[in-house]
Amino acid sequence: MSDPSELYQSVILDHNRAPRNYREMPEASAQAEGYNPMCGDQLKVWLRLDGDRIVDVSFQGSGCAISKASASLMTTAVKGKTPAEVEHLFQRFQRMVTGQDSGQAEQDELPARLVVFAGVREFPSRVKCATLSWHALRSALGGGRERPGPGGG
Amino acid sequence: MAPTLMATGNAAGSDLARLRRDFPILRQSVHGHPLVYLDNAATSQKPRQVVQAEADFSVLENANVHRGVHSLSQRATSRYDGARERVRAFVNAGHCDEIVLTAGTTAGINLIAQSYGGSVLRQGDEILLTEMEHHSNIVPWQLIAGRTGARIRVLPVTDRGELDLSRLPELLSTRTRIVAVTHVSNVLGTVNPILEIAALARAAGAVTVVDGAQAVPHFPVDVQTLGADFYVASGHKMYGPTGIGFLYGRRELLEAMPPWQGGGGMIQRVSFEETSYAPVPARFEAGTPPIAQAVGLAAAIDYLSALDWAQLRGHEDGLVAQAAERIAEIPGYRLIGTAPTRVGALSFVLEGVHPHDVGTVLDLRGIAVRASHHCAQPLMRRFGITGTVRASFAMYNTLDDVDALVAGLREVRQVFGG
Repeated sequence: MSDPSELYQSVILDHNRAPRNYREMPEASAQAEGYNPMCGDQLKVWLRLDGDRIVDVSFQGSGCAISKASASLMTTAVKGKTPAEVEHLFQRFQRMVTGQDSGQAEQDELPARLVVFAGVREFPSRVKCATLSWHALRSALGGGRERPGPGGG
Repeated sequence: MAPTLMATGNAAGSDLARLRRDFPILRQSVHGHPLVYLDNAATSQKPRQVVQAEADFSVLENANVHRGVHSLSQRATSRYDGARERVRAFVNAGHCDEIVLTAGTTAGINLIAQSYGGSVLRQGDEILLTEMEHHSNIVPWQLIAGRTGARIRVLPVTDRGELDLSRLPELLSTRTRIVAVTHVSNVLGTVNPILEIAALARAAGAVTVVDGAQAVPHFPVDVQTLGADFYVASGHKMYGPTGIGFLYGRRELLEAMPPWQGGGGMIQRVSFEETSYAPVPARFEAGTPPIAQAVGLAAAIDYLSALDWAQLRGHEDGLVAQAAERIAEIPGYRLIGTAPTRVGALSFVLEGVHPHDVGTVLDLRGIAVRASHHCAQPLMRRFGITGTVRASFAMYNTLDDVDALVAGLREVRQVFGG
């Protein structure tokens, strides 16, 4: 890859400029923060559950185009989903951005709006940007709390 | 004799081209573009002379130091002690015993904080830092402050990115024991007036600890003229290896300091009841030191010493000035740090584009810059930003590199608009 537009696809640039569901949620049933000590990116994810379904999800924070667009697209992808479905999506998404998926067939199972991040696999240092909001969401859902990443400089 | 540098040199057909041949790493492509290495403040590249010196030592002379009666060990010892002497001359310390070879700047500051700080600091004493310090000149002091009950105070930075010296007299109190300050900001490139700061600190009864990591690759340092009590730096930012650095400390201070780490090489006599310690500097060099790296550091000093400092500084300043002038044409550009005396680094933000995204687009053009908080989060907060893009220059950079950087930033603007 040497053309920036392969990584920064127009969907990503659009969501970076005008992130969806970019708001606080006072009535949230859960919230969690994501912080990347390597670059200082931080964001907060709010969600509202009705029974076992996410009926609303939002985020705010500061970060690069990849982390902002990923958070924005995530919020549009997980609305109406159950925690188990979110976990399944996340696993697929993480395999794609880390280049561990089995290829196109597996990517086809992800919503097209998430596949725009496939180029991230070429940039190992940017994987954390793409997954920051997902980690925060999983943490808000009460699972997936993982050990913190390596420290920043 | 190393080639000389032309202040406005382009890579082609000049002395600069000859000098660049000493750095084979520069002759490679990244993402299909010639590598433009502008991350020298993070780590500089090593000339082949440094790599060769390290390799020759490992291949032909490797043995432990200060231990063996055998010839190889004596040769290794003489090379290791030779490195110490090169460092002494490099910073014009009065005596070799004032030079401790360390693992790098961070190790040096931690040594001073734990050993000197740990023995002199009392409850309510003060350590004066500055707002532009690297985390490695903040956190070690916080650790020792926490243990001793000392307080940390902070000298602020002005809008131009200079230390606000007008605040120094009020911040230096009778309780100030240590003033820890960087010689050159790793973010802003600001050169701080150490001479003046050290004199004021001394008058207040405090010692001055200078982080020289970003200074020593760019201009000659004379610790005696500066009046610094401690001066630390790293090999890998001055064209030498990683894992090696040095600490200069005034002899009477070092001699009064307790050991920091215990082990072989730093003792005089050991029994289970009592141990007496070796004199300085061995007291502070527990364990087998990084010997090959010390030999590499000596080679880096030899390489730098063969250059004309004034020419080197003129060349680098010319590149920074050119870059600053030309990047200013890019819409939304804001230079962070506009002090008149700067060296090496150029930090900036592009409105509406996160530094990381700038860094990635530049990388796709083969341009290596650093995009982050540069381990200086308090300074980022001072300027109300979370990070900057930093282009940092070294002796081997060219005007072609500046051209590439400017073209890369224009592409960033195309990708992200604005």
